[in-house]
Amino acid sequence: MTAEALRHARYVVTENPVTLVAFTLFTLLVTAALFGPLLVPYDPLATNTLVALQPPSWDHWFGTDHLGRDVFSRVVVAARLDLAIAVSAVALSFVVGSVIGSIAGYYGGWADRIISRLVDTVMAFPLFVLAMGIVAAMGNTVENVVYATAIINLPFYARMARAEVNVRRNAGWVAAARLSGNSGARVLACHLFPNVLPPMMVQVSLNLGWAILNAAGLSFIGLGVTPPTPEWGIMVAEGANYIVSGQWWLALFPGLALMLAVFTFNLMGDGLRDLIDPQRRT
Amino acid sequence: MARLIMILRRFGQALPTLVGIIVVTFLLTRALPGDPAAYFAGAAADAESIEEVRVMLGLDRSLPEQFWIYLGDLAQGDLGMSISTGQPVLTEILTRLPASLELTLTGLLIAVVIALPLGILAATRPGSWVDHLCRLIVTAGVSLPIFFTGLFLVYIFYYLAGWAPSPLGRLDIFFLPPPHVTGFYTIDALLAGDVETFQAALAQLALPALTLAIFALAPLARMTRASMLQVLSSDFVRTARANGLPPGQVLSTYAFPNALLPILTTLGMVFSFLLGANVLVEKVFAWPGIGSFAIEALIVSDYAAVQGFVLAMALLFVGLNLAIDIAYTVIDPRVSLDA
Repeated sequence: MTAEALRHARYVVTENPVTLVAFTLFTLLVTAALFGPLLVPYDPLATNTLVALQPPSWDHWFGTDHLGRDVFSRVVVAARLDLAIAVSAVALSFVVGSVIGSIAGYYGGWADRIISRLVDTVMAFPLFVLAMGIVAAMGNTVENVVYATAIINLPFYARMARAEVNVRRNAGWVAAARLSGNSGARVLACHLFPNVLPPMMVQVSLNLGWAILNAAGLSFIGLGVTPPTPEWGIMVAEGANYIVSGQWWLALFPGLALMLAVFTFNLMGDGLRDLIDPQRRT
Repeated sequence: MARLIMILRRFGQALPTLVGIIVVTFLLTRALPGDPAAYFAGAAADAESIEEVRVMLGLDRSLPEQFWIYLGDLAQGDLGMSISTGQPVLTEILTRLPASLELTLTGLLIAVVIALPLGILAATRPGSWVDHLCRLIVTAGVSLPIFFTGLFLVYIFYYLAGWAPSPLGRLDIFFLPPPHVTGFYTIDALLAGDVETFQAALAQLALPALTLAIFALAPLARMTRASMLQVLSSDFVRTARANGLPPGQVLSTYAFPNALLPILTTLGMVFSFLLGANVLVEKVFAWPGIGSFAIEALIVSDYAAVQGFVLAMALLFVGLNLAIDIAYTVIDPRVSLDA
């Protein structure tokens, strides 16, 4: 079993070199997120005004910020918080979206109408603006940034699950499962949903990048994460004040990290999609 | 006539969406945790004065009753008072809206002007350098955080090259805003025949609009390319080519109009993203639009202002989607049949 899984994983990675790059970058990100605080040369919160605003050097690879904190250490340590926000938001909307989408697609009728209407209402807002409104109303905390990001991602999962369940609802094997005495919920959870999972996983990967951008955007305008905490969005916001006077390294490196993370998840999503659905390759 | 009925019916379909939007914006400030009355009464308030504020704001009534009052206020265009500026929220939004619209629409225009030819060229020459350029731009554009793009345009064009004016607002302080006609400084300056102010306003507008354009470019170019590729491989294009029509004519009269529908749909989606991205760009460039207003309001928990902002953005978006749907029927008569 494990040998089989390993061989498949190797096939997935070697089949397309771009996917290999994506997985390498992904490993890098995960390493930074898991072991970041152990790996970095400086304390990300330690201020030292003697070395404030120094350009990148051997001692400080990414330079230092206005309080003399090491930008490299902060960028690496921030990976954990940024990924945690994005992953938990996407996990939340994946679970809730799949459940309500599957119910709408399988049962149809009133359930479908109510759920579709709800999803349409969320989609009627410019999504980032809605997220701002939600955080403003629920309170300015990191958890609420997670909830807001989850809510604005929900429609994509709900719609996808609904469409995928709907086309399979009347397939022969579903009828067979039902005829052999499985309840509706059981058919949905054990027979239909596993078949819907692959396209949903592609969506998860593509969506993670977007979730990271949204969360970073929210903290860029001052929502969620509060200042001394290292987080990419807020670091770019802090660095923004120094751009006009030429201290580019404050904003560049956290911005690049953000870009790299989004790029990685998009590449991974594209790679997964190519494997699952070669026709939609672009 | 049939088309008019179609359009009216489309307006009717937008009604439930409108109701949904109003309910959500209402709930955003009323049904969620926290006591607005305690907040408005201030930190030093005792239980009695909080109760007083509660009655004054109508918060002591039931939720449906409050909703009814909210609807009545909305119908009169009353979005409440902004506690941070002391002005009615509607006035604040209306005076700032032109700044945001000028920025968003210019950004969208630049994106369309670049993305459509790029996508079409990439589709007609698959595998060429244009195609690779298109792919590169699409991939980069999707991964670039918009505030980051903005900052680095500032760094390159203001700090290094010195071509752009300092990224602070719509007009350099040495210039007076042109007389108010449309609220778009560039257009107003032209109407007033003031070329210098026009140039100054345009210079301020260039970088933020370019930032938005880079952001909007990617999905538009990607969709144009995909849609054109599909149309170019269809039978009627092959027939047109086989009949010996010049390539330019095949492209412009046969292929492009048929590829336009998915592009328009994407345009609607891009506009939704732009309205959000606008907030970030306005912060980077200190642009005095409704995005900056919303950020200021967010920081001081000015609920009425945030609520008004979310509502205004959603209404703009619904309006644009309506316009796009109506544009469908003009571009493609087949759409009206299955509506």
